[in-house]
Amino acid sequence: MSNALNPIYVTAFIEATQNVFQTMLRQDVSFGKPVPGRLPHLQNDVSAIIGMTGDVVGTVVLSLPAATASKIVECFVGSPIDIKNDDFADAVGELVNMISGGAKAKFDGQQVRISCPSVVIGQGHTVQQPSGSVCISIPCESSCGGFSVDVSIKKVGVSQASEPAAA
Amino acid sequence: MRVMVIDDSKTMRNIERSILNQLGYTEVEEACNGQDALTKVAAFNPDLLLVDWNMPNMDGITFVKAYREQGHKTAIIMVTTENEKTRVIEAIKAGVNNYVVKPFTPELLGERINDTMAKLESAP
Repeated sequence: MSNALNPIYVTAFIEATQNVFQTMLRQDVSFGKPVPGRLPHLQNDVSAIIGMTGDVVGTVVLSLPAATASKIVECFVGSPIDIKNDDFADAVGELVNMISGGAKAKFDGQQVRISCPSVVIGQGHTVQQPSGSVCISIPCESSCGGFSVDVSIKKVGVSQASEPAAA
Repeated sequence: MRVMVIDDSKTMRNIERSILNQLGYTEVEEACNGQDALTKVAAFNPDLLLVDWNMPNMDGITFVKAYREQGHKTAIIMVTTENEKTRVIEAIKAGVNNYVVKPFTPELLGERINDTMAKLESAP
């Protein structure tokens, strides 16, 4: 398996992230060059994690610094929420739920189910991606600050997750 | 009109309640999953149900099937991230009247509610 994710998946997550932010937060997101291969040990404060099963098996992580997450949650729900409040995790979890749901709909005929989201909050934590996965980190910039959407795909049933290796 | 919002996310329940209030629907009850909803529908007697799909304990599609099997004709709109055509068809077959994909605007949810209720009122 190559360490580059099939562009179909990358595009799906970029479009889904843009759609969620434009629709629910009324703001645009700009995207940096996706970083292919195994994810570096990202230092983040808030991680919303969702699992994918079915024709595509993997995880999606919405990784945010605390300040960015707080601004995004305030914009999303319409009022500030303390990061220690359960409602804060609920809001961040719903964002990754909508991003993942929107992305999987663009997976070209593949049947994929997503799990209920989990949210990790802790200063400078690391989300270790499973070995044997094809991983990519998509840098995102919003008016609330920078964050990333990190996608890790371990198995694909119908088509290939990774780009064919060069001959 | 009495509306029940069924979603495991408190954030989404609050957002949908706020939109419903703006639309003039102030009698709103909430449930956090399908099982919770089944225990509340009899007492609340809703005119419309907004139902999420992916929820713990009992998901939305299981709830819709169970609710319809009880003979209820109440309008149901599925409000979910499940976007694939096969899922929409599955929901309609289970008895859902209309479908809203998350993320959605307040305007879209309002339109779907109006369309759904208008169709039911004009049905023979």
